[in-house]
Amino acid sequence: MYLAKITIILRKSILDIQGKAVHHALNSLHMNLVEEVRIGKFIEMKINTGDQEEAVRITNEACKKLLANPVMEDFSFTVEKISEGFGI
Amino acid sequence: MSYPKQKFGVVVFPGSNCDHDAYYVLKSIFKQDTRFLWHKDSSLDGVDAVILPGGFSYGDYLRCGAIARFSPIMKEVTAFANDGGIVIGICNGFQVLCEAGLLPGALLRNECLTFICKFVDLRVENSETRFTSECKTGEVLHIPIAHGEGNYFADDDTLERLEKNGQILFRYCSPDGSITKESNPNGSSGNIAGIMNATGNVMGLMPHPERAADPLIGPIDGQKIFQSVIKSITKYEQANNYSIVERS
Repeated sequence: MYLAKITIILRKSILDIQGKAVHHALNSLHMNLVEEVRIGKFIEMKINTGDQEEAVRITNEACKKLLANPVMEDFSFTVEKISEGFGI
Repeated sequence: MSYPKQKFGVVVFPGSNCDHDAYYVLKSIFKQDTRFLWHKDSSLDGVDAVILPGGFSYGDYLRCGAIARFSPIMKEVTAFANDGGIVIGICNGFQVLCEAGLLPGALLRNECLTFICKFVDLRVENSETRFTSECKTGEVLHIPIAHGEGNYFADDDTLERLEKNGQILFRYCSPDGSITKESNPNGSSGNIAGIMNATGNVMGLMPHPERAADPLIGPIDGQKIFQSVIKSITKYEQANNYSIVERS
């Protein structure tokens, strides 16, 4: 069993208005050293395979086909081996 | 005023909420042969045009339209569109069409970060299409919007291509037809409110023409879009008999 941890975030070229609003809020909390905030999604998937390459292939396919929209988002992920029955 | 009867299908996804509005306008205002198409259906039932209605398909989970685009009916809609069939995506339907790759670009969160529900003015950018032939280029239509993610985005090359090919159909404008920053409700690139594909048979727009089509409840500028579509399906020689439907 593998656990994929996927991060999806708006492409750099796109203004992240949500991040900008949160940035303003942090500044109003006097956290003025915060330079930029970008907000994305974090997804975990348990993949029922013993083969790391297969886990990577499936995660990559899931990101490309559904989890991320390449027009506006970039994705990155890691996969790690977990023991059976490990809850997310 | 009677209209030549065409077959329209309105797709119903779980979470669609403008499906009945579209159905009502086509069925009761324009007297078209209209039916609902369930998202699990694997046939379009021989319709001449498909409407993907507004709403919140699959709760807008993941991204607006991202899950609806994998509904069984979308396989048929895609084949139908690729075969030249008329497909109209309104609001959430526009988002589904972008996710499905039937239209370029994507719809981001409104720049103001709020859901906006109000009447806007739209300038018709190209009236030589199957969706706008009853309008004049430069004409201003008064039609409502209701969305949280209507901020149209596409890369510069795509925008240039859309512009060059006349695929931009509607832009948010001021009442006198000027394209200004103030008249852009959601921050969309180039004030874009609606586009069509390169072959001119698939249209997506954020505004709701079906909410501006019954004279009983207000402005009827949205009728022109439905009239254009009915006309384009019907033989062109019958087109001259068309006019705005008045309700007694």
